[in-house]
Amino acid sequence: MFKKTISSPHIHSPSYSTQGMMFRVILALLPAVAVYAWLFGWGVIINLLLAVGVALSCEAAMLTVRDRPLLPTITDGSAILTALLLVFALPPLAPWWLTTIGVAFAIIVAKHLYGGLGFNPFNPAMIGYVVLLVSFPRELTLWSLPAQLSEHTLDFGSTLNYIFSGTLPAHLGIDALTSATPLDMMKTQLGLGHTTSGIIAAHPVFGFMGGKGWIWINLLLLAGGLWLIYRRIINWHIPATLLGSLFAISLLFFLLDPQHAPSPLFHLFSGAAILGAFFIATDPVTAATSNIGRLWYGAGIGILIYVIRSWGGFPDGVAFAVLLMNMAAPTIDYYTKPRVFGHGDRDA
Amino acid sequence: MSNQQYSDITRSGLWSNNVALVQILGLCPLLAVTNTVTNGLGLGLATTLVLVASNLIVSLIRNVVRPEIRLPAFVMIIASLVTAIELAMNAWFHELFIILGIFIPLIVTNCAILGRAESFAVKNPPLPAVIDALSMGIGFTIVLIVLGGMREAIGSGTLFANAHLMFGDWASVLTITLIEDYRGFLLAILPPGAFIGLGLLIALKNYFEARGKKVVKRQPLPQAAATQS
Repeated sequence: MFKKTISSPHIHSPSYSTQGMMFRVILALLPAVAVYAWLFGWGVIINLLLAVGVALSCEAAMLTVRDRPLLPTITDGSAILTALLLVFALPPLAPWWLTTIGVAFAIIVAKHLYGGLGFNPFNPAMIGYVVLLVSFPRELTLWSLPAQLSEHTLDFGSTLNYIFSGTLPAHLGIDALTSATPLDMMKTQLGLGHTTSGIIAAHPVFGFMGGKGWIWINLLLLAGGLWLIYRRIINWHIPATLLGSLFAISLLFFLLDPQHAPSPLFHLFSGAAILGAFFIATDPVTAATSNIGRLWYGAGIGILIYVIRSWGGFPDGVAFAVLLMNMAAPTIDYYTKPRVFGHGDRDA
Repeated sequence: MSNQQYSDITRSGLWSNNVALVQILGLCPLLAVTNTVTNGLGLGLATTLVLVASNLIVSLIRNVVRPEIRLPAFVMIIASLVTAIELAMNAWFHELFIILGIFIPLIVTNCAILGRAESFAVKNPPLPAVIDALSMGIGFTIVLIVLGGMREAIGSGTLFANAHLMFGDWASVLTITLIEDYRGFLLAILPPGAFIGLGLLIALKNYFEARGKKVVKRQPLPQAAATQS
């Protein structure tokens, strides 16, 4: 089981073409996208359409500039997947220029300047997200409330208007629509010296296991991810060790001091841990390729997520953790090369 | 030396053997201070000054210093020059000196200066050595200014901000605000912006050279190879 197959996509087993893989991954994301849109409003859909449009135009433009054949690459779904993952990371009411800059940077710089799909050392969606996070920290913290909690909802027209012109209907302020995310809230309040149980009791944004609303998205992402493993689009190694190490390290600190370290379930079901584990870290281009390497790679991301969330400057650390381990992937591959049959020492 | 040789030296310093774009030397100050045009210009001029003076002195003493001890001698010369420039800037451009901070003393570690002393000045008479230093220094300064301009325009939407620190109060009029109420694009100001910007400039230079040689005609990939990637 451990040392059998290397990397994807290859032609053996029930493997798929790039296009087949990409569209199955997108399919697995769709239920979560639908619930995300249902909970957080029209902004998700508008940003999604905008992001896919920008991604495809940038892809087409770069392919033209690079003298590459247009159709096979543009229809393989990779740009659409990048756009989709990025929209998941952005606030639902992100203004149009934010989405556009993020997607354009992801496709043009992170993907095509490195040689296009298959040659990019970093996950393009995460590069796009980190560029935005580093450049526009304020815009990225304006996260809208899930529908259960919000007293106001924006209809399609005013959402469209807000995203493209930045103006809200007269009776609403942006503060009435947005709040800190559960992870952000937890980090800020812990920093002020409150205890975890007090924080969870005092703020309605927290629900069973994680943030209200977020829990449903994460459960659907989990289901989608498990389906991908079942269909052998992704291997179990990276998600298992990523979530396992995040669970283990957060359990350790939770047992040591439950009043100042959130529970392991909170860490798994708030923020982007599940999305990262199944859909981002498993990107076959940027991840480690041997199976043992994948175990290390996933474990490294899980631990880095905890470290960045607990002691770093940002509420969530999935993007940084994935990028840091992307950098480490070639080294991991070097040290975990499977023994070629008939060569080398079995014990070495 | 003939005029032809002087123009070769100049061309090499400004373009074909540019310190920043071709030799990729002096990256530490290049990347660290180019977040505005003014900073880039200030550091570029300071570096050029050190380069000219060091090339001149090295060239003058080239027949006196024994080859075995030439490197310590060069280092002493460059270090004294940098110290002099540092004190001068502290006296005359104090605010700019504060902004550039550690990177003024660090000019001493700019490999371009020792590089020119070792590869050019020590083998040539004073006049060509000075011309070489000038063209290398100006080539470096131009890159600093262009990179500073790119990062400043994208990062904070202005050009020549703080120019008065260098040229006196009248220069405040030089400051151009490209976009009113610009939110700022922090990435360009931060270190990643410097690396990405320099990469783009090198790519641009290579593109111009390739276009000059008419060799950009590239065969498109065969269909099969492209679909597999």
